[in-house]
Amino acid sequence: MFRKSLRGGVHPTAHKALSNTSPIRRFPLPQRLHISMQQHLGTPATPVVRVGDQVLKGQLIGASQGHISAPVHAPTSGRITAIAEHTAPHPSGLPVLVVTLECDGRDQWQDTLVVADPYKLAPEEVCVRVGAAGIVGLGGATFPAAVKLGLSLKTGVDTLILNGGECEPYLTCDDRLMRESATDVIQGALLMQHAVQARQVFIGIEDNKPEALQIMQTAAAGTGIEVRAVPSRYPMGSEKQLVQQLTGKELPAMSRAADSGLLVHNVATARAVYQAIVEGRPLISRVVTLSGGAVTHPGNWEVPLGTLASELMNHASGFDVTPARLIMGGPMMGIQLPNLHVPIIKGTSGILALTSEEIQQKQPEPCVRCATCVRSCPMGLQPLEMAAAIRSGNVKAAASLGLHDCVGCGACSYICPSSIPLVHLFNYAKGELAAQTRARQKMENTRVLAQRREERLERQAREREALMAARRAEAARKAAAQAAEEQAS
Amino acid sequence: MSQPIHGPHAHSNQRMPLMMLQVLLALTPATLYGFWLYGWPAFNLWLICLLSALGWEALFLKFFSKNVPRHLLDGSALVTGWLLALCLPPWAPWWLAVVGTFLAVAMIKQIFGGLGQNVFNPAMAARVMLLIAFPVEMTQWIAPEAVQLDRPDFVAGLGQTFGSLSLLDAYTGATLLDEVKNQQSLGAALPDILQAQQYNMAATLLGQHAGSTGESTALLLLLGGLFLLFRGVITWQAPVGLLLGLGVPALLMNLWQPESYPGLAFHLFTGGAMLAAWFIVTDPVTGPTTATGRLVFGLGCGLLAWLVRTWGSYPEGIAFAVMLMNSATPVLDRYFKPRIYGRTSSGAPLPATGKTSGDAS
Repeated sequence: MFRKSLRGGVHPTAHKALSNTSPIRRFPLPQRLHISMQQHLGTPATPVVRVGDQVLKGQLIGASQGHISAPVHAPTSGRITAIAEHTAPHPSGLPVLVVTLECDGRDQWQDTLVVADPYKLAPEEVCVRVGAAGIVGLGGATFPAAVKLGLSLKTGVDTLILNGGECEPYLTCDDRLMRESATDVIQGALLMQHAVQARQVFIGIEDNKPEALQIMQTAAAGTGIEVRAVPSRYPMGSEKQLVQQLTGKELPAMSRAADSGLLVHNVATARAVYQAIVEGRPLISRVVTLSGGAVTHPGNWEVPLGTLASELMNHASGFDVTPARLIMGGPMMGIQLPNLHVPIIKGTSGILALTSEEIQQKQPEPCVRCATCVRSCPMGLQPLEMAAAIRSGNVKAAASLGLHDCVGCGACSYICPSSIPLVHLFNYAKGELAAQTRARQKMENTRVLAQRREERLERQAREREALMAARRAEAARKAAAQAAEEQAS
Repeated sequence: MSQPIHGPHAHSNQRMPLMMLQVLLALTPATLYGFWLYGWPAFNLWLICLLSALGWEALFLKFFSKNVPRHLLDGSALVTGWLLALCLPPWAPWWLAVVGTFLAVAMIKQIFGGLGQNVFNPAMAARVMLLIAFPVEMTQWIAPEAVQLDRPDFVAGLGQTFGSLSLLDAYTGATLLDEVKNQQSLGAALPDILQAQQYNMAATLLGQHAGSTGESTALLLLLGGLFLLFRGVITWQAPVGLLLGLGVPALLMNLWQPESYPGLAFHLFTGGAMLAAWFIVTDPVTGPTTATGRLVFGLGCGLLAWLVRTWGSYPEGIAFAVMLMNSATPVLDRYFKPRIYGRTSSGAPLPATGKTSGDAS
């Protein structure tokens, strides 16, 4: 076979120049922070503070719940003024539990746990500390990092891959982070390598970030970490595609990267690990790219978690024109925000305000089977066939065409000359299939319960019958005995 | 609050009408050269094809309660009408064009559900139907050299197109494929036939043999096709497939028995091979969607066309071949799927690679 590389893919206009020259600036503490208890994939954290409590910076305010969860810490010192529901940074605008922290302005740290030589720590201990620091995947998926590390340590991984691809247009937070905190990222990578006992570490950076690539290569010199350029093509930053590009391995369907001896983490996650282990600083802020055609001053800001997006926007920039759409994350896979009155969470890589020219949303036209989507699909799927099946109501057919292998990268929707909302259809069908599975499960459960009830009733009837028979026999025996007695007397 | 919209929130600027426009642009040089070769009647025919295609499209869009202004100028009717004009006899009467576009746009496309829903390539299917229904009008070819000697003026051209004048007798000629088929059936040897027809490469490339506009302008159509390829409007698989499917058997048989079987260049540059390769089999609607499927589709078209040309009862087989392969498209789509990432070609997950190998390529 030819050298394995990213199949398909698209080249969306990068728009990186809007913000990739502006250094990361520290966002001043707002008056109030709205710290969501659901900043990660999995079970929401449970608040461990009460209204009126005084907290210090870095203090635990939400404890993790269950296996897949992450704790939440106070981004600054102050007083808890409310624990209530607030609009979530999600297109639905549904409320989530939010702890409101009134900042006291002192920004006073709690006592931090600083380690002299983190490499003396046992790997398990590193995983535990990463988990305790509330670190999640900062690329946007927000999967709790410690869960991934712990699992990888248990099953054993060979290669740790750091994702510096940042293939989403507009976003430059990872680019700037690598340029400005390269040593932190490299240290974090080494710590993660220690935590999972990986043999080698690769860092993949798209070749449209030559500065970051060069700085990272310099920083990695002598550490054994290999920093490599990967072609700039969306979705290069997708786990499966990046793994294939860097190692030539193709992750088997329906398996985790760890099953193939690989662990993939974002570069920003590596830096967070460094801060947690070496500086004892939990994840309480992150770098957010503020960009888009409607934004007056695009830039990159290190923002305390819980800052409202509207505060960030108002303080940092303001709008040139009324934005046609507000997005959290990148334009390809990011989510639409109902408004900016939502807090920044751990997964917020960017806040974009796009104009209608940038979106280029058009009325869907009929599909002419041009197969541009087939060529653009990095997974080798046939989006047009799946969409046709879904449109005719046959989600099962779509599933047999490989719907479950779709990573939802949106390359097909992006490129479709007929503007067919392919990803919408796929997500609908995935939801529909999940609902069908649940319904089937429920039916099955009901059937089992009904069967058990029937068995129980039968058994009871049998037992009652047996009891009655016994009693009758007893009565007969007594009657016979009495008769015999009478006869004897 | 507005309906939440799912990503991607950015879209490419590729638009279907833009692609159609590039197809029209690619057809323009060949068409202009065709006008020069065959004079005003050819221009009239082209114009009638375009206008009637738009007319039928508008009528049937209305008939099926679709938004006429939105769909009429998506370019598909124009492309169909234009392609049909290139594969009719250049001096065909007006009604042949109008009937042809009715068949192509209304019967083949709109009745099947409109843009993207038709099974057969509209231009090819219409050509086949016309050929069967009107065998005389569909085989009245014009000798280009006669046109160049004595060009009918504009008024005479109108007369020819609208049937008030009959200039045909003075200009008539037979296509090379016709002549080869007819004479071979009479037992003549191939070199003699070609000799009598003054067949040579230069004359063929310059379109100096009788035929439709699309048959006489192979070189310019090739150029147009390469333009589309360069612009990314079409992919290479189907054209290359067709040229191989037609060319390889021609080459082999010609090497084996040169006195009976015409060679590679003859097959590729006479008849509608070039038009079909770059503008017909590349029609996305009626072809397969995967790269391999398209290659097989093209190969099938080429091979079937060669079989019809060589042993069929019609001199030109491209249109039949394309229709046959069109009907095979769903099968090709089913059997030639790309391999899904992480799965074997049969769809099972790849075997786990294990954790020991750490080869960095």
